[in-house]
Amino acid sequence: MSSVTLSASASANAARRGNVLGRRLLIISAWLVFVLFLVLPLFIVLSEALKHGFGTFFGAIFEPDAISALKLTLLAVGISVPLNLVFGVAAAWCVSKYEFRGKSILVTLIDLPFSVSPVIAGLIYVLLFGAQGFFGPWLREHDIQIIFALPGIVLATVFVTVPFVARELIPLMQEQGTQEEEAARLLGANGWQMFWHVTLPNIKWGLIYGVVLCTARAMGEFGAVSVVSGHIRGYTNTLPLHVEILYNEYNHVAAFSVASLLLLLAVFILLLKQWSESRINRLKASAGEE
Amino acid sequence: MSIRRFALAALASAIFAGPVAAAETLLNVSYDPTRELYSEFNAAFNKHWQAQGNEAITIQQSHGGSGKQARAVIDGLRADVVTLALAGDIDELYKLGKLIPENWQERLPQSSTPYTSTIVFLVRKGNPEGIKDWDDLVKPGVEVITPNPKTSGGARWNFLAAWAYAQQKYGSEEKAQEFVEKLYKNVPVLDTGARGSTITFVNNQIGDVLLAWENEAFLALKEEGGDNFEIVAPSLSILAEPPVAVVDENVDKKGTRKVAEAYLNYLYSDEGQRLAAKHFYRPRNQAIAGEFAKQFPELKLVTIDKDFNGWKTAQPKFFNDGGVFDQIYQAQ
Repeated sequence: MSSVTLSASASANAARRGNVLGRRLLIISAWLVFVLFLVLPLFIVLSEALKHGFGTFFGAIFEPDAISALKLTLLAVGISVPLNLVFGVAAAWCVSKYEFRGKSILVTLIDLPFSVSPVIAGLIYVLLFGAQGFFGPWLREHDIQIIFALPGIVLATVFVTVPFVARELIPLMQEQGTQEEEAARLLGANGWQMFWHVTLPNIKWGLIYGVVLCTARAMGEFGAVSVVSGHIRGYTNTLPLHVEILYNEYNHVAAFSVASLLLLLAVFILLLKQWSESRINRLKASAGEE
Repeated sequence: MSIRRFALAALASAIFAGPVAAAETLLNVSYDPTRELYSEFNAAFNKHWQAQGNEAITIQQSHGGSGKQARAVIDGLRADVVTLALAGDIDELYKLGKLIPENWQERLPQSSTPYTSTIVFLVRKGNPEGIKDWDDLVKPGVEVITPNPKTSGGARWNFLAAWAYAQQKYGSEEKAQEFVEKLYKNVPVLDTGARGSTITFVNNQIGDVLLAWENEAFLALKEEGGDNFEIVAPSLSILAEPPVAVVDENVDKKGTRKVAEAYLNYLYSDEGQRLAAKHFYRPRNQAIAGEFAKQFPELKLVTIDKDFNGWKTAQPKFFNDGGVFDQIYQAQ
């Protein structure tokens, strides 16, 4: 009997040792992948950008075409992210608080942009709004330009970033259920009060996270925007497209300088996320103490 | 709060200072290798235009694979002028979009082609594979870089130059098809445009030989220094004729016909021709071509009109769906 338990505990020990080894291996390989595929490329971008010093670096960033690409990128982000914020909250609300026919189809459709290649997303809008497209003749008659102009770029950006906010919120809101909202209703809150004081505080974290992801993706989108942009320098080139153009013009230092500008924007957004997270946690903690 | 206000201010400034059209703008939709030429030509034209008592204009540029660019104009990119890699792509503007008349090529001198070029080989320094002529490209193990003829104009000139060589040397169309099939077996990557292929060859160091526009090959030498590459002129090549056209539908709508026509005509002026030569295009003006004669090797050149019955025949036969290129490329 005792020999059996002994051997059992020995094998448990061995398993634990095996676990420790496995864990270390996993952690090391995770770090290795992280350094190899994330840190090293970022480092190369920065070092290429600064190869000829800060003068050429800032020269490339403050060049008029780069500035207009930056403006266009921020404008497209500034329009498409709020749109997706409203859509994401509304869609998540629908899916998690109500029961209706075709709900699973709606959830699948929200995910569609994740599975469709961005190039196809761009082509969809060319087929719809291009001169040869479905609405083409009507748009031409009324002198409205959608693709190869700002509206097309915004549409393409909205399409590829649709799922981010909704996808973050749906599981969160489903998990929370409808009890708190029902309680608010019973205590006499109207719909807006209920949303503002009960739902929003509950989903705040997920919402901010979704918006951050959405913003990052919107800024970096290349494929879909490339199809509908028309590549007019200084007018319809976003930052990622501008990077490609510079690279194709043998202008490597400028290309990497503008690329590192995109990188800095991304880091700034991540910091914003971190900051909002810590604020929320502090709020939560102080609420717990009361 | 301050962040919100900052974001609002940033957004507002982006909207108001954003791409607002200047007094008059002209959009030139061009193909890949002309970037450097037109950025200099646009400044020269603007000076000339103002010297004639006109207001300064803003000239916008868009570059990409020639076929892709034609497609964008047909889909509604509002080009005032197109300066593409071959007449076949501009023909599509008439055929699919009715944006220009059928006889567009008769409206400017020299079949609307103010400058020409040809196809040459760019090889690595010292020519380690010993590439001298088209036959060396079909040898097993030689990697050839050329873009996709479906999207790139330069790629179609490359294809036809190879075809012309094989047909003259081996005597029949069947032999020529076998030859280009072997050649495309040696192509590891098909980029969408000429510039993409140049970057693949020059920066990413892929391949033994790049089939390139002569101007693109010279530019690569200039940009990357002559230390790593050299140009090889084959025994026979093709006269590449990249034409230009005013897009009637768009200029009439925008009211820019006068400046658009002046812009294209200026390409034929002495200054325009010198700028073309400076950027390694062969000028049409014989006197100015003479000034730059040393720069360009003398080559035996076939032409699209005499040897292929023009693009109207060559495009469907070789490059449309089911054409020769599809047959040889799908066979692989």
